[in-house]
Amino acid sequence: MENKVLRGRAWVFGDDIDTDLIYHNKYLAETDPKKMPQYSFEYLPGKENFAKEVKEGDFVVAGTNFGCGSSREHAVYCLKYAGVPVILAESFSRIYYRNAINNGYPVLFVKGLSQAIKDGKIKDGDELEVDLEKGEIKDLTNGNTFHGDAVADLEMDIMKAGGLIEYLKEKAANK
Amino acid sequence: MGKTFAEKVLGKAAGGSVSAGQVVIVEPHFCMSHDNAAPIWGTFKKIGVDKVWKPDHLVFILDHAIPAPTDKHAENHMQIRAVVKEQGIRYFYDVTSKGGVCHQIMCEEGFALPGLIIVGSDSHTCTYGAFGAFSTGIGRSEMAATWATGQIWFRVPESMKITVTGKFSKGVSAKDLILKIAGDIKADGADYMSIEFHGPAIEEMSLAERMTLCNMGIEIGAKNAVCPPDQKVLDFIKPIAKTDQWEAMWADDDAVYAQELHYDLGDIEPCVAKPHTVDNYAPIGEVKGTPIHQAFLGSCTNARIEDLRLAADILKGKEVAVRTIVIPASWSVYRQALDEGLIEVFLDAGCVITNPGCGPCMGNHEGILAPGETCISTANRNFKGRMGNKESFIYLASPMTVAASALKGEISDPREVL
Repeated sequence: MENKVLRGRAWVFGDDIDTDLIYHNKYLAETDPKKMPQYSFEYLPGKENFAKEVKEGDFVVAGTNFGCGSSREHAVYCLKYAGVPVILAESFSRIYYRNAINNGYPVLFVKGLSQAIKDGKIKDGDELEVDLEKGEIKDLTNGNTFHGDAVADLEMDIMKAGGLIEYLKEKAANK
Repeated sequence: MGKTFAEKVLGKAAGGSVSAGQVVIVEPHFCMSHDNAAPIWGTFKKIGVDKVWKPDHLVFILDHAIPAPTDKHAENHMQIRAVVKEQGIRYFYDVTSKGGVCHQIMCEEGFALPGLIIVGSDSHTCTYGAFGAFSTGIGRSEMAATWATGQIWFRVPESMKITVTGKFSKGVSAKDLILKIAGDIKADGADYMSIEFHGPAIEEMSLAERMTLCNMGIEIGAKNAVCPPDQKVLDFIKPIAKTDQWEAMWADDDAVYAQELHYDLGDIEPCVAKPHTVDNYAPIGEVKGTPIHQAFLGSCTNARIEDLRLAADILKGKEVAVRTIVIPASWSVYRQALDEGLIEVFLDAGCVITNPGCGPCMGNHEGILAPGETCISTANRNFKGRMGNKESFIYLASPMTVAASALKGEISDPREVL
């Protein structure tokens, strides 16, 4: 994982975005992660255009409990392979969080994000600057700043290795 | 300072005393996978290991789409059979009359045992807490890694203590209680937490009712949910236990909880979760009369013999007004329902009975909804599009409420037909 400051557009979501909304069960038989982005958010009203219009570097910004529901890893792959560099949310469901970390996919817990979204302090299309190392998020469009929590040590090690499988391989090689 | 259930079980597995917040690496006792064993195998091969760590600790149960409805599903099943052969997996439940919904099989066949750590590549793995196991759902990459190493990391969770007292009134059951809890604390109310169910009412409950409660722990964000491993559990598991490694463990009286809740069953009434979230609680009076097009009695939440009996009691000698799909949780439940005459009751009432498995619960087959249709279901999720169509509506309810609604063709109060 690179420690640079990222810039991109925000795609803003509410609370309790479940795994069927992120990646619908209709496409579960798909096993190639690179083919998954075409189905992202297909079932979420108002975000049906996400898969077509998302650009490499865009951010997913959400409220509480992002990724609740099923354990499907498709819901992580479909954003990772769409080029979304990090998901910013007030909180994540446990399994979604683990799936992200175990795939070397950064997520940031950002306090106050759920209310900020409801209050319109961060909106679709806003230009964001995200410093992953510091956990700092600047909304350049309207000047608001948010702060994310760093993940714990073990999770950071797994993420830095590029995911659980890579982490285990590294550990085996260093034995 | 006493320990919670989660602290005790994870501490024992990690070989020391642990507290909430600590990260531990432990060896799980059983690793359950369903149809997704096929893609997990694909990931496993990338790790560069030839053999799974302990073949007898893996359990494969086909249930999500059986018999295979598409060639893609058939291919997945075929690959799983090849893996079973190559790796010498002893515990494999194929498309036969010994199978059923994975979580039901895990409990019926003696894998769900007190004090064991069980992981499953399915979010409803938390069901086995009904038997005092620490069980939780994990993703596919993580399952592949666990097959390879026999190890998994856990953050020892904070715990939520839910004490339940009192008695259910007529027409009310465990499903109504858990839907009420979800409505109160919301879909993220127990995020990352271990839920412990305590109290005399839990001891009174059947194992089937406890399974319904623990099954839906995930719907309020929990890592796991658990009931005490009391005599009822021990009597059930002793003759069928797949291992003698289990140990009845429970929280200390002075354990520390992040949150404590109390429910009196006398206050619980028949209810539903309205579309499109599980925490969208409504007492039955608020939604009574809502027209439905389909009723579904099935899933890992509510398709055990106890659930079928409750529904059959209501349907006996009557006829359903809408298409009603009944899917027993396993073939052993199916056989028992046959012996007890329940299958005949369902057939006489006009229900369609399909083979045990997940059926339409997550929109695979056997009861997909059309645009604009409404289904009342005993399953666990009513997310938009969950049963296959994003323009359809799902209400979650108990077996009694589903049966009463099937009779009238609209959402109905079971107390009025009992």
